[in-house]
Amino acid sequence: MNNTTVVHTNKLLLKGNEAVVYGALLAGCECFFGYPITPASEIAHTAAEYFPKLGRVFLQAESETAAINMVLGASAAGRRVMTASSGLGISLKQEGVSYLAGSELPAVIVDIMRGGPGLGNIGPEQSDYNQVVKGGGHGNYKCIVIAPNSAQEMCDFAFWAFDMADKYLLPVYILTDGVVGQMLELVSLPDPIPRKPVPKWALDGRYNPRTNMITSIYLEHDDLERRNILLQEKYAEIMKHEQIAEEYLTEDAEIIISGHGIVSRLAQTAVEELREKGIKAGSLRPVTLFPFPVKAFKKAAKTAKQFLCVEMSNGQMIDDIKLSIECSRPVHLLNRMGGNVPTVDSIVAKCLELTGSGKSGKSKAPRGKKK
Amino acid sequence: MTENTNMKVKYGRSKGFFETFERRPGAIKKNMHYCPGCGHGIVHKLIAESIADFDIKDRTIMIAPVGCSVFSYYYYDYFGISAPHGRAPAVATGLVRANPDNIVVSYQGDGDLGAIGFNNFIQAANRGENIAVFFVNNGIYGMTGGQMAPTTLPGQKTATSPTGRSVTNEGYPLKVSEMVAALDAPIYVERVSLSSTKNIARTRKAIRKAFQNTIDKKGFSMVEILAGCPVNMKFNSREMNEFIENQMQHYFPLGCFKDIADTRDPIKRPEGIFDKQKVKDILYPIKVAKGVSADFKNESKIFQKERKIKIAGFGGQGVLSLGMMIATMGKLRNFNVTWLPSYGPEMRGGTANCTIITSRQKVCSPIVDKLCNLLIVLNQPSMEMFLPELKQNGVLLYDSSTIAPPKCSEDKIIYAVKASDIAKKIGSLKCANSVILGALSVVMKDYFLEGKDKKDFDRAFEEAIMDCFADKQNVIQMNIEAFYAGKEAVEATLTNPHPGV
Amino acid sequence: MTDKKKVKKYFVKIEPDECKGCERCVNACPKAVLKMGTELNFMGFPFAYYVGAGCVGCSACFYNCPEPGAVTIFEVSDDADGDSEKEEDEED
Repeated sequence: MNNTTVVHTNKLLLKGNEAVVYGALLAGCECFFGYPITPASEIAHTAAEYFPKLGRVFLQAESETAAINMVLGASAAGRRVMTASSGLGISLKQEGVSYLAGSELPAVIVDIMRGGPGLGNIGPEQSDYNQVVKGGGHGNYKCIVIAPNSAQEMCDFAFWAFDMADKYLLPVYILTDGVVGQMLELVSLPDPIPRKPVPKWALDGRYNPRTNMITSIYLEHDDLERRNILLQEKYAEIMKHEQIAEEYLTEDAEIIISGHGIVSRLAQTAVEELREKGIKAGSLRPVTLFPFPVKAFKKAAKTAKQFLCVEMSNGQMIDDIKLSIECSRPVHLLNRMGGNVPTVDSIVAKCLELTGSGKSGKSKAPRGKKK
Repeated sequence: MTENTNMKVKYGRSKGFFETFERRPGAIKKNMHYCPGCGHGIVHKLIAESIADFDIKDRTIMIAPVGCSVFSYYYYDYFGISAPHGRAPAVATGLVRANPDNIVVSYQGDGDLGAIGFNNFIQAANRGENIAVFFVNNGIYGMTGGQMAPTTLPGQKTATSPTGRSVTNEGYPLKVSEMVAALDAPIYVERVSLSSTKNIARTRKAIRKAFQNTIDKKGFSMVEILAGCPVNMKFNSREMNEFIENQMQHYFPLGCFKDIADTRDPIKRPEGIFDKQKVKDILYPIKVAKGVSADFKNESKIFQKERKIKIAGFGGQGVLSLGMMIATMGKLRNFNVTWLPSYGPEMRGGTANCTIITSRQKVCSPIVDKLCNLLIVLNQPSMEMFLPELKQNGVLLYDSSTIAPPKCSEDKIIYAVKASDIAKKIGSLKCANSVILGALSVVMKDYFLEGKDKKDFDRAFEEAIMDCFADKQNVIQMNIEAFYAGKEAVEATLTNPHPGV
Repeated sequence: MTDKKKVKKYFVKIEPDECKGCERCVNACPKAVLKMGTELNFMGFPFAYYVGAGCVGCSACFYNCPEPGAVTIFEVSDDADGDSEKEEDEED
């Protein structure tokens, strides 16, 4: 082909790990600080290539603790800033995340979960759920956690993550598993946004008074309690306004399959297979993990008879489902660990078993009504 | 005691401090929280004076570390931030990288810098970050109640070395200035002391020099200041000064270890690009292949359903990039595609496989563990491992240079091509995957493509190769050659539609 | 004290309520014109004081003092037009 003029396209095949960097850059992220770790390393690779091309900051830190504290510094300077890691790396970052939360500084942290505990392995898991969704570091804090399940969402959620971090002044996690990080899909790149103005709380003398100060220390007990109460009010506000869930055939569903990240896509395939077999199955995918989509689960519990929580962890999200529906319906667990991904077949089989359609029930009509 | 008109202040409260310390809780608003005779107060005074004299109050960010100086933001009339214990140099890095015009001061004690945060410190030094580090070395942990520091002297008694620091148990005191001066990046390293008026004057000069370097963006400056902690060490101020002079300065000799600011150019950092069109030009990929219009759909029946493809071999055989080429074809023909590799150490030498799913609809599960429509196998172990996943009437394509014909049921469509042998002849084993692609094009034509698709797919394969290797122009030609070689090789065996059986 | 050469005079003021009585200034004063008192200030510390004469404005007490505003050294001009001295001020 003899193309005389260069034509750009916004469509390309990207791994989830690459897509999140594209998304961040288009969303005006100015700095990336990170430390390589499988299966999140492509994030650092892509950032190393494109941040400098756009005149922005990429720095490979000496450690995870250094990376998160560089994030703290850049955030305090009023810049959109991101870091990425996985499992054990996130454990190391927790001190800094607590400081970010306590200092009310925005930041985006990508966690591409791998197998644990300890060194574990590099296979996909979802076992960072508790350490990310429930706080993780010391103190009474929460981070917003959003859970993409495709490369397109990895890109799009970067915009969302930065906006929420800026709106609520806290760290926002983009939490997903190694499968979504490593999987390549077609992505349509959104338009870049203009540069964000320096926020009024930032340490930047060109725009702000030098009395600006960022700290998380409150020596007087009453002061610190007041501070904590304000934080809790903020989290309550987030709980009220930011819950997002994706419903698929839940209206008439008798059994609802729930999972986040890659599991949510397996669940959807399982629902399709179950529907073909005449089972009224639906799937309910939490897109925000904090705030957990309590409203959607409450609504689903009005019609569904039971829930199946599918995880690549030891039953971490299941607690949130039980709490959301106040244990008004049985919630079952199907999980794999160690880097294994549950198969669609196993999800289908479990649902058949739970709905009483059994292994030999292929030809039988489902006995949905029986209690 | 009021000044009359004939009196003017020659030395007095620095403009670098707040007039009153409103941030300090309690009734005392003019004094610092430090104990009587504490070295921190003297260092604070010298820093405040420098910053006021250099007129950089609006650009300076003071990092309050953990230790006695954790509350330094009560006092300084410029930007302040608290850092976790030992992390001040990392926080400083973030601040100065985000905005290179910031004057960032990392004020650290011996526990903060020498123990818990030593790596953060030495790495920031080694990167030559444009920051000023003031390291207050008093040889003891003040805030937590007089415990041993990494710089506590041998034999010195502390709360955690009650019989004196033992070099066999706790090691020797850490010589920070000597260590940091040995690195290439730092431009200025000096050890000073607060033991006498003369030494305080030197300290004052050193602090000003560090600020000058930072203002000039010359890089990393560190001043180590031997200071007293008289209350914890149970000395009066005269004894404290004598201890510093006779004991500490003996172990930690004063002097300038490095001063090479003159030889360095100011650090320049790029300006961020945010112009919408420029960002797009850099980030959006260049369209290589002509492709098809957005509403184009291939007509063949095979494309109506989701198709599952698995490719397996050993690392380095081009398994993943073959998958990429197929996925790219999907992209160029408006399919939804997923490409999922096995990742990790196996990629670096062991077995490798990837799965591709193409669909007109959204692809849900990207995992192929059964009912595979097309299996491409490049080594023997993969054949045994993945053949059972092949669907009834599925297609098996394998490299017959190295793999024995497999035994499998009659319904399977099997094609073999000596991909490695052909690739070697062309000049690089690396293009064996394109030979396979050529073979795949024949399978597609023979069995699945209908009408205009037959012609369209000749182009689709070539476009995919061009798109995949867009950044390696020299590789494109070889791979296209390999593609046609593979195609011809399989076409030559067409007398037997099941050449592998 | 001739009319030609003006001799500078200095005066040191120690703020009793800002002194913590560490005695660094007393030890540092080359002219021994600072002394420790026995009274206690509002923080409960004894505080140093200037004996009233003999200060040479050397700044030793100021820079030895860890507190920001406890020590102030004044320059006193003993004639009516005190501003002619400014040129000599800026040394170190």
